[in-house]
Amino acid sequence: MKITKEEVLHVAELARLDMDDEAVAKFSEQIGTILAYMDTLNQVDTRGVPPTSHALSLHNAFREDEAAGSLDRDDALANAPEREDGCFVVPRIVEQREAK
Amino acid sequence: MKLYELTIHAAQDLLKRREISAVDLTRSVLERIREMDSRIGAYITVAETSALAQAEAADRAISEGGGGMLTGIPLAVKDLICTRGLRTTCASRILENFVPPYDAGVIERLHAEGAVVVGKANMDEFAMGSSNENSALGVTRNPWDLSRIPGGSSGGSAAAVAADMCLGALGSDTGGSIRQPASHCGVVGLKPTYGRVSRYGLVAFASSLDQIGPLAKDVTDCAAMLSAIAGYDRRDSTAVPKPVPDYGAALRADIKGLRIGLPREYYGASGLSPEVESVIQKAVGVLEEMGARCMEISLPHAPYVVAVYYLIAPSEASSNLARYDGVKYGFRDAGREGLLEMYRSTRSKGFGPEVQRRIILGTYALSAGYYDAYYGKASQVRTLIGQDFREAFESCDVIVSPVAPTPAFRIGENVDDPLTMYLSDIFTLSANLAGIPGLSVPCGFSGGGLPIGLQIMGNHFDEETLLRVGYAFEQATDVHLRKPALDAPDGMDRQGDPE
Repeated sequence: MKITKEEVLHVAELARLDMDDEAVAKFSEQIGTILAYMDTLNQVDTRGVPPTSHALSLHNAFREDEAAGSLDRDDALANAPEREDGCFVVPRIVEQREAK
Repeated sequence: MKLYELTIHAAQDLLKRREISAVDLTRSVLERIREMDSRIGAYITVAETSALAQAEAADRAISEGGGGMLTGIPLAVKDLICTRGLRTTCASRILENFVPPYDAGVIERLHAEGAVVVGKANMDEFAMGSSNENSALGVTRNPWDLSRIPGGSSGGSAAAVAADMCLGALGSDTGGSIRQPASHCGVVGLKPTYGRVSRYGLVAFASSLDQIGPLAKDVTDCAAMLSAIAGYDRRDSTAVPKPVPDYGAALRADIKGLRIGLPREYYGASGLSPEVESVIQKAVGVLEEMGARCMEISLPHAPYVVAVYYLIAPSEASSNLARYDGVKYGFRDAGREGLLEMYRSTRSKGFGPEVQRRIILGTYALSAGYYDAYYGKASQVRTLIGQDFREAFESCDVIVSPVAPTPAFRIGENVDDPLTMYLSDIFTLSANLAGIPGLSVPCGFSGGGLPIGLQIMGNHFDEETLLRVGYAFEQATDVHLRKPALDAPDGMDRQGDPE
């Protein structure tokens, strides 16, 4: 097997995805088959070949630092699942200390 | 002839002469959608009210002697291009109720040129797929055979054009997602050079590969749409500040002396159906009769494009899709306590299986210990694929190939076999990896009556030559004039060949 169930679970954790046993089994089999196919790349000699991240040779796209309008706050919040007082609401992320 | 059947250029003539109004034309298209789309499923959202308002504005502009390149022309837009105030779902549960607060760069251009947006087209979720079967919001069927896929991921755009439910459509192409559905639905589709069209407001899948482009009823319309949407946009730092030519002026049926490269690695490739190969050979013969010269060329790294693409695209996707966290917009599953738990259940319930598969694959390819072997290696081979094309274009002007190895397959045929599905993208992926433009034009039919497209690829920013070749081919044949038999008098749909 090219990718173990443990590796699928680890990667799912990195990608913030829940995965039940059935999904883990299915993904490890399917992705294992795909990764085995990817091994064909080992036939290519890439010593000294620079990687390509963009097809065109792009340079930094500079522009003047000019003040301009931005998205209105209400517009920015309009699609939020939960909002309050002009802010996004998220579940609590700081543990509360137990009262002594 | 019904108004919805018109091409863009024919409608423009009638609008200019005031023989029809933009409102008449838009109403006709909306009526066609009402009649037909329950069978096809090309649209996720139909924007009747705003379309009619835009048509009225177009009529006013025309009566004042003004108007732009696409005034009064009803178009469909793939549902991953942001439209202000009009739901943009990416065919995903996670964005099912997302209403963008701004327009994409191409939508601003369409409006500036007077176009009418009739609705948002169905697609594979987040543009991941080659069949539209990965849409979370409904099945899309091929107008030529309702039991078959329309192709993907711009399958709704292609089906809407083929079934006359719009005069043209915008799609996006990351690995063939405009060209392949265009081929399967018998319409024209163009993936422009990377950087030719602004990606601002295009929901990102794989940022180094994504490009917006037109799907149209013929090459003339395709050129008109490209002229309208191409050009620099400072909000897309990869858009190229290069003047936009008048693509319509490139349409001359003269290809005498044109050098056509036929890659030896493509012909006789495993998986290429003999039926498709013979239709493509006949089409190449038509181009030769018009004075083009064919030569065998080599793209030595062609056998590796599927592996390279399916490492790079999922890697970029895994990063781009990290933004869907249930906080700023989109679906949130608030069933469990804690932030991480909320992220996880939101993403697991919001993304469909193919999207999750690609996120896992991409995250793995980028993860510590595997980066060099997978993403790094693929990025190096990508350099070699680009070099292959640079060398090829020293000896030929265009490269001609099939778009897809087979005609449209049946819905459900390949759903549980992702690798087989990926391998069917073999002819289209390299244009995205190399950043070059590719055009698909209808060039014939299978024995079962399914459309087959011809792919014409060219050098960076040489869309004019591609359009000229496509136009010349159209002048010599009548393939592009054939329509699916959706209005058969007996009310029967063709349900595939008798096998």
